[in-house]
Amino acid sequence: MTAWRKNKVYYMMLFPLVAWYILFKYVPMYGVIISFKDYNILAGISGSDWADPWYKYFEMLFKSPYFSQLLTNTLLISCYKLIFGMAPSIILAILLNESRSVRLKRWVQTLSYMPHFLSWVIVYGIAVAFLSETTGLINRWLGDLGYDAISFLSAPEWFRSVLVGTDVWKDLGWGAIIYLAAIAGIDPSLYEAAMMDGAGRLRRMWSITLPGIANVIVLLLILKLGYIMDAGFDQIFIFYNVRVYSVGDIIDTWVYRTGLEQLNFSLAAAVGLFKSVIGMALVLTANKIARRWGGGIW
Amino acid sequence: MVISNGERATGIIINLILIFVGVISIFPLLFVVSMSLTPYGEVIKNGGFLVIPRSVTFEAYNYLFQTSELPRSMLVSLFTATVGTAINLLLTVLGAFPLSRRGLQGRGIILFLIVFTMLFSGGIVPTYLLVKSLGMLNTVWALIVPSAVATYNLLIMKTFFEGLPEELFESARIDGAGEWTILSRLVIPLSVPSLLTIGLFYAVANWNNFFSAVLYITDPNLNPLQIVVRKLLLTSNSLENVMEVVVPTPTLQMAAVIVASLPVLIVYPFIQKHFTKGVLIGAIKG
Repeated sequence: MTAWRKNKVYYMMLFPLVAWYILFKYVPMYGVIISFKDYNILAGISGSDWADPWYKYFEMLFKSPYFSQLLTNTLLISCYKLIFGMAPSIILAILLNESRSVRLKRWVQTLSYMPHFLSWVIVYGIAVAFLSETTGLINRWLGDLGYDAISFLSAPEWFRSVLVGTDVWKDLGWGAIIYLAAIAGIDPSLYEAAMMDGAGRLRRMWSITLPGIANVIVLLLILKLGYIMDAGFDQIFIFYNVRVYSVGDIIDTWVYRTGLEQLNFSLAAAVGLFKSVIGMALVLTANKIARRWGGGIW
Repeated sequence: MVISNGERATGIIINLILIFVGVISIFPLLFVVSMSLTPYGEVIKNGGFLVIPRSVTFEAYNYLFQTSELPRSMLVSLFTATVGTAINLLLTVLGAFPLSRRGLQGRGIILFLIVFTMLFSGGIVPTYLLVKSLGMLNTVWALIVPSAVATYNLLIMKTFFEGLPEELFESARIDGAGEWTILSRLVIPLSVPSLLTIGLFYAVANWNNFFSAVLYITDPNLNPLQIVVRKLLLTSNSLENVMEVVVPTPTLQMAAVIVASLPVLIVYPFIQKHFTKGVLIGAIKG
């Protein structure tokens, strides 16, 4: 009897949380059916007529010439962030581990974790300070050296580099945390043995530290590949403008504009559903592969 | 053990690279601070490069706080960072505690349904339509309620509660304490550092929240700080030449960036002490 009473109290505690998940996570999952309907604001979700044929909006999507561009942009930006973001964090973690100065280490950690907590609006402000065509520091230097100003923030050939560069800056230190933890798990006797054999520092980093965390690196790479459909809505929405749509418009930003600005709800929901399904398939596959490396999220 | 010259040189190079990383992490912010405090004429005279300004002016900050938009948006952001965080913590703690108890019937299925939302979501449009039908569009609640629980934080909290000693709870139960008493008298006092960390994570996320406002707020009176600062950053820099402005636009923009980041920078050292632990708990299988 007491077990039942205890459970009853637990359910009471859980009620607000469960209610929130149902309302804000599961009701929108039901709302996804508007991608198979001709959504009409007045009729509502259940009152709107079914689209004819039911895959009308998906057909529209796949036939649109813009679709392949959106997908390319999304995947390219994600991949660049992945490649150029992981390596510096790994190197930083290895170097932090090698430094003999505890104080320096702590300072560098404190400073390099900090940008992670800044919002993308603030990072954009910093980017303006350095990269603005008229007032940015770099362009003023270029001007002094006799070069023409470069419009880093609105030129298609620079836009992705700016996105990737600011992303790397923001999460360089934060990304290193997990590798540092992995390095801490390496058996110290390996280093001692290597030192006996006369291995220098670089040699030890290359032959002990790096192989020691190779598992974690592969694991994180796979798991991050699972989230490749998320190229970063906040960042891109804040940084982009009409001039760079050709290289910077991603699925999420397009869904926002089509759905909430042009009020084409059904089409936007269809694209969102497409993204969610592919995303889920990728995460599940990634997790399955990651398990072979002895990890995974669950 | 003898350390060779080569080894010593490697050590110095490693430290130099680390110092470089520290500098590039903080320098951009310092540069923005100095730009916001330096009279614009002096910035231009020095080729735009100034880390320690020779003369300091607070006119950009004065001007920002005299406009009606920025102080009002700060109030909105403060509200989401305080009331919003309180709601975040309430839901997270009340949910994480029962979910951390092995005896709870249906725990597995509830956890599965919660983790599933990390894999699949209805997406932007259906969520927008829901918030709309709840009548929350253009209310401050749209900034708080749809993002009231972060699944990741919930799982970290649950993992932490699982580590609390069960015997302690048992002895309290023998003394006649109910589960509510156990939660308020034992669990919460024992978890102050984690609650603080998770609370600060939530507070920073609320303060930085941009997404919800973009989706749900069109009334300019309800814009949070991040939206107002972004709008300011989009005003053209060349306007200064045309218009008689009190404060040059670039100075104003940088001052706004600092106003928006200051609370986070103040709170950061407190989170920093604890978050590594939190991040790692989250990284272990939930």
